Amino acid sequence: IAGIERGTLVRFSFESVEIEAYAGESVATALLAAGIRSWRNAPRDGGPRGLLCAMGSCQECVVRIDDIIVEACRAEVRSGLAVRRVS
Amino acid sequence: MTRNHDVIVLGAGPAGTAAALEAARHGLRTLLIDEGQDAGGQVYRPPCRALKDRPRTPELDAGDSLRRELSQSRVETRFGQRVWLVERGFRLASLGPEGPEQHSADSLIVATGAQERYLPVPGWTLPGVIGLAAATILLKAQGLLPGHRTVVAGSGPLLFLVAATIVKSGGEVPAVICLNRRIDWWIAMREMVSSFSLLSQGAAWLALLLRHQVPILWGHAVKRVEGGEAVSTVVVTPLAGGSETRLACDALCLGFGLTPSTEVTRLLGAEHTFDPQRGGMAVATDSNQATSIPRLYACGDGSGVLGAASASLTGRLAGLSAAHDAGMNVDREARAVSIRRRLVSVSGLGQAMTALMTPPAAVIDLMTPDTIVCRCEGLTGADLDSAIASGSRTMNDLKSTTRCGMGPCGGRVCGEFASMLIAARTGKPRATIDSPTARPPLRPVSLGAIGGHFDYDDLPNLQPGPL
Repeated sequence: IAGIERGTLVRFSFESVEIEAYAGESVATALLAAGIRSWRNAPRDGGPRGLLCAMGSCQECVVRIDDIIVEACRAEVRSGLAVRRVS
Repeated sequence: MTRNHDVIVLGAGPAGTAAALEAARHGLRTLLIDEGQDAGGQVYRPPCRALKDRPRTPELDAGDSLRRELSQSRVETRFGQRVWLVERGFRLASLGPEGPEQHSADSLIVATGAQERYLPVPGWTLPGVIGLAAATILLKAQGLLPGHRTVVAGSGPLLFLVAATIVKSGGEVPAVICLNRRIDWWIAMREMVSSFSLLSQGAAWLALLLRHQVPILWGHAVKRVEGGEAVSTVVVTPLAGGSETRLACDALCLGFGLTPSTEVTRLLGAEHTFDPQRGGMAVATDSNQATSIPRLYACGDGSGVLGAASASLTGRLAGLSAAHDAGMNVDREARAVSIRRRLVSVSGLGQAMTALMTPPAAVIDLMTPDTIVCRCEGLTGADLDSAIASGSRTMNDLKSTTRCGMGPCGGRVCGEFASMLIAARTGKPRATIDSPTARPPLRPVSLGAIGGHFDYDDLPNLQPGPL
């Protein structure tokens, strides 16, 4: 949403891509704002999956941070964060 | 890290926070624990740290006032805690930023709120399709639009809140697809007449949509979602049948109301009842918010979806009961009577909204054989129908036959619809389809994280037994 004053811009990495985002917003928000809508593929049919519930319930938006699987909608962006796909 | 309190309140939304404040007010050592960074739950979720200025809204004011009251109280808070195990007695195990924690208390108040009711349609797993409640979280807490052109579809009042907020925030809404017919809303209006602020807010939303020429298709449903890497087209039809309309878009907000989150109360073995007026399956509570398990209380949307206004009232009743049953000197009946009177006056509205959110039985026919129902396991309508035709008659049957509900989401997304499907195919009343047996962990946690840190030397050196 345009027209909102936001905090500090920082950089974090998703796989090998460097992304600029605001410290404190969710990793999911940062990825979506950068035009990345899917970072996981479905079991069985391998189709692209994306954010669904935005509250940490559905597990569709999971990423790997510090080798632990976490929901991107609950993880916060900070400078230097290294985010990877789950698989 | 183990602590002792008189009462633990699980969930810091409007209900849980009210319960904790009330319990502490009457002298109980109270712990309020929540997965979020601060109190507010979903409805009063504060904007994330990245958002520096947000327009003042009644919700933001209510949430800030709640957080302020909490900080000035004697309630101990633990935020950022993912609770993965709850046992009778009561003991909670959680995982937080500082590692694993355990907390125990004689009384437990569960205020875990509600979750979205998901109804699958072909193509709904495409990126760009999010829930209605999910849209409100993105808009108010993250300052993010779901897309450039967002179709908003489903049932209940959230539909208009989301569409209006998207338009107000500079987004485009090609159409609002409302499952409810106009007459369903007229019926609900009877309960709304006493709430002028809500009526005027609803009218403001509709006026805004009218001004921006956003078409509202009443009695319509999303039939199919199409796209390659993400949603590009939404196909809608009248629910009663009729011609299709194609809408080009890059996002779809799809939601069919809220249903209570019952994982914790089911894990504890409390009795539950199915009541469409409360959003479906909910833990059974008496007028004191007590459950079938001694010293276990439930309040807020988690005990019946009645909305935020009712939540703080049922929260106070739960806190009051916990204090009373713990032996605190509190004139429970006198205080409860006035709370209950207010509850009666606001819950009628909450029930009307819940009724609007409840989907008609015909939605079951929107699912096709190739529609994915269990997203975690990739199970289609055909997979589940085949299992039901071969003899699965309960959610436990379906779970053990197909793995439906055993994926990472724990059945939170598919459970509601799977229950509706079993009822529709077997002819059993929906109320008789029980939830599957709940097992820990409540959320996925890594063994390494909950195991904590230990060295090889910490392992006990057992002596071998005699041969």
